[in-house]
Amino acid sequence: MLNAGSSARFAQLLTDQQDQLLKRWATLSLRGGRGRATEAELVAQITDLHAALLSALRADAETDLQAEEAAELRATLAELSGTRARRGFTPGETASTILSLKDAVFEGLDGADSTVLSDFVNFSRFVDELALFTFETYVQTREEVIVEQNHQLLELSTPVIKLWDGVLAVPLVGTLDSARSQVVMESLLQALVDTGSAYAILDITGVPAVDTQVAQHILKTVMAARLMGAECIISGIRPQIAQTVVSLGIEFGDIVTKASLADALLHTLRASGSDVVRRTRRAS
Amino acid sequence: MERVPVLKIRDTLLVSIQVDMDDHTALALQDDLTERIVDTGAHGVIIDITALDIVDSFIGRMLSTIASVSRVLDAETVVVGMRPAVAITLVELGLSLPGVRTALNVERGMDLLARTAPARADAIFDEADDDHHDDSVGDGVLTS
Repeated sequence: MLNAGSSARFAQLLTDQQDQLLKRWATLSLRGGRGRATEAELVAQITDLHAALLSALRADAETDLQAEEAAELRATLAELSGTRARRGFTPGETASTILSLKDAVFEGLDGADSTVLSDFVNFSRFVDELALFTFETYVQTREEVIVEQNHQLLELSTPVIKLWDGVLAVPLVGTLDSARSQVVMESLLQALVDTGSAYAILDITGVPAVDTQVAQHILKTVMAARLMGAECIISGIRPQIAQTVVSLGIEFGDIVTKASLADALLHTLRASGSDVVRRTRRAS
Repeated sequence: MERVPVLKIRDTLLVSIQVDMDDHTALALQDDLTERIVDTGAHGVIIDITALDIVDSFIGRMLSTIASVSRVLDAETVVVGMRPAVAITLVELGLSLPGVRTALNVERGMDLLARTAPARADAIFDEADDDHHDDSVGDGVLTS
């Protein structure tokens, strides 16, 4: 919040000293940015900010960041912060770009009478508000990025593959938490219905560690498939994992487990009545 | 009260549940089915639950009970056509329907029964008419 008097005087200052101010601001924030952004880019961003700031300040009432007149300023700040968040800047770097405006303005102040001082205090409080706003936008953008990536990860990591007529395979990659195992279960069961397959192979080669929780999820999937009338085979059990499973006392009961996907496929083929025969070429 | 029809196909009883199952319907079905197994001497029961959206713990227990009862009467029970959502719910509830065999659809259920039946059918033929032993193998297995 910036009162009407200070607001008007700063609008005046920003217009009068535009060129020097922009130059000082750019130099200061380049120093704070640790050379990650190019100068041209920074100058463009600062010029945008300057224009947005002016449009917000010009009103002869008090300036409020949440007000309707400041919408453009907020949008500019949000865009700056958002693009930087996606490019891997730290929120501190973005905030320091905004905060260096204070120093730039301070250098341009002349005289030391009391109005200037109180104006400057008011103004710097306002700039702090702007910096805080970019910080919030930054966090929000990062949050969105994380949610987006989570979705992509879920979709990426749960393909159901048809290996043979009546044999499906689910290669599990990455740690199985309850959300992921739910997705795996749903897509596997749906695929069983769609393809009418009687066998499904859960391949856990890509699962880095199996604890009781993960085992529980796998067992649930196997049970659900059984209820629908399909047999599940667990394959891809690495030596390390086999040892962990035994030492944790996890019981797979009568579920067929195989060391490799190839063994599991062979098992399902045999169980469904097909045989794999190796052709020996006769010497002629 | 609605009743669920029990159809007899050769040696198998087919129950296709098309109505919303409440507890009374479930109990009535259990009674009807037991009586029909005894009357017809069927050796297989197929319960088709394709149309069921919800299987609660009561229905789940009914399926288990039917399986146990029919096993006592020398009939194998196969539950077919369970929907993915139903399967997930049952697993989350911790109901794994012990003793119930399952298949994806009615056809596969019939196959499953046929696979378990031949030994029994042969035994009957062997004793009934020894002379035609050779003809009977693999032919008309399911008739008794």
